Amino acid sequence: MSVIRPPEDVAVVDTHEGQQSLLKRLGNTQSVWILGVLVVIVAFFSVAAGGKFLSASNFSLISQNVAVWAVLGVGMTFVIITSGIDLSIGSVLVFSSVVAAKVMEAVGGQGWGTAIIGIAAALVSGLFWGVINGYLVAKAKIPALIVTLGTLSVALGLAQVITGGIDVRSVPEAMTDFNTYIKILGIPSLPFIALIVLVIGGIVLHRTKFGRYTYAVGSNEEAARRVGVRVDRHLIRIYALSGLLAGFAGTMSLAQFGTTTIAGQSLTNLNVIAAVVIGGTSIFGGEGSIFGTVVGLFIPAVLQAGFVIIGVQPFWQGVAVGTVLVAAVYVDQSRRAAALRGASSTNPLRAMLRRNK
Amino acid sequence: MTEPILEAKGLSRSFGHVRALDAADFDINPGEVVAVIGDNGAGKSTLVKALTGNLALDTGEIRFEGKPVHITSPQQASALGMEVVYQDLALAPHLNPVQNMFLGRELSRKGVLGRLGFMDEKTMREKAKQSFAELGGTVRSMSAPIGSMSGGQRQQVAIARAISWADKVVFLDEPTAALGVVQTQNVLESIKRVKAKGIAVILISHSMPHVLEVADRVQVLRLGRRVATFDASKTSVEELVGAMTGALDKSGEAA
Repeated sequence: MSVIRPPEDVAVVDTHEGQQSLLKRLGNTQSVWILGVLVVIVAFFSVAAGGKFLSASNFSLISQNVAVWAVLGVGMTFVIITSGIDLSIGSVLVFSSVVAAKVMEAVGGQGWGTAIIGIAAALVSGLFWGVINGYLVAKAKIPALIVTLGTLSVALGLAQVITGGIDVRSVPEAMTDFNTYIKILGIPSLPFIALIVLVIGGIVLHRTKFGRYTYAVGSNEEAARRVGVRVDRHLIRIYALSGLLAGFAGTMSLAQFGTTTIAGQSLTNLNVIAAVVIGGTSIFGGEGSIFGTVVGLFIPAVLQAGFVIIGVQPFWQGVAVGTVLVAAVYVDQSRRAAALRGASSTNPLRAMLRRNK
Repeated sequence: MTEPILEAKGLSRSFGHVRALDAADFDINPGEVVAVIGDNGAGKSTLVKALTGNLALDTGEIRFEGKPVHITSPQQASALGMEVVYQDLALAPHLNPVQNMFLGRELSRKGVLGRLGFMDEKTMREKAKQSFAELGGTVRSMSAPIGSMSGGQRQQVAIARAISWADKVVFLDEPTAALGVVQTQNVLESIKRVKAKGIAVILISHSMPHVLEVADRVQVLRLGRRVATFDASKTSVEELVGAMTGALDKSGEAA
């Protein structure tokens, strides 16, 4: 079990914390390692396709494609850190956007007034599903996989009932124009909004008690409970957050496409989960970072764009992402196994992959 | 004669037909180390749970600082100044020592930021460092996750956490069970330092030599009862084992 190390009675206290904290704030080692993978991919396409790939318009396109998933990814990161899962986000996105579109249709008008009412409707819808998920996971103790698989089906089904299965196109111009024309600090509007959500999510996760309890619940739920963390309430909040962000992503999707996307979100949940996990968030809970999720989101998006530019069939993206996903989880598991064996492993690769410094 | 800081009389608790505690008594004075020993199933863990609000009692009275108390939750026990170091330590392996130490009791930043949930990491780290130093400082890194540390270091984090919140009584449930020789010695040293701070320590252990090394008194449980109390300096392993197994039947308040 425990490894006896050389005499430990010397009062040595780590003095290198200042140097470490910046790196640590960026996330754990896996997300840094996976950032390296992303850099290699970008470098490869830059060499292969030159200016075409490195152009501002290409990156603008990539960031557009990532924006909606990024907002979902923030919620998913919190959920997975608690060792949960939320499969319902794609359906909740659809449901919320359908409700928002229907409400905006009923209100009428093309301005921001209508849009804000629609956004509020989407947020309430998303929050509603999130609270249901959270309550069933935390209080009814049903496994998150089953709960969210259920709400995935119910939310999508209800969205189809509401619309008769036909996409609603009544999105006010204020919203679609916002996506098409507006740039903030040179960044297209939707990616900019996603960036704000990411930054806030990162601050909340890494700097506040809410974030700390998220890690604690995922790391050792019983320990958290014993020290007085209200675990059930926290889990409900986490799933509620995920639902709320899915609702918000629903409005972003409306702005992006000018229509609901009832049939178009069936793989969104899995893609977001893949991105979060590739980014170093452990499906076993207790570990993860928003930064990692961002990197994890960009890998499939960059691959997709890159393959198109260099003329490879874009279907290869799926092959590549799946491979990276399995490799990332394999590395994660080896790292955890090494950590369990104790701190004094001498394997340099493992030592590098672990984050004790 | 000092007044016991924690005293229990006639604690009973049955699980079905099993009497886990059968009119058990217990007492500990301020700044004293009392070991509770007993064979498996003697009721040691049940006693700890009953005293710390983790288990409802059928009958019995608990007095804290002379006043009768009715402890129904661990939080209430904490509020009185009692903390438990569980056998499994109840630490979050992915969090670092500082985060573990303050888990559930994080210090907030001042002002608006604090109300938004931001934490005062710097003060927490300073306080944690100080606590570890008081215990002999085997915890070296403040930023590595607990899961990557040795059993002794984890134990010390758990003890440091307990004593930084408990100013009256600390329960240690089998603190040396899974440790190597050096680490065990560190934990025993830690217990002495806790005692020196005037905190009463209740030590649940199987290891007679360890018990005799640090305890002032030893109370022996058998079949849910306190069958003997010994002065640690005047007893021997043989005597303790005799009391535990019932070979030497001394009931009630012996020496």
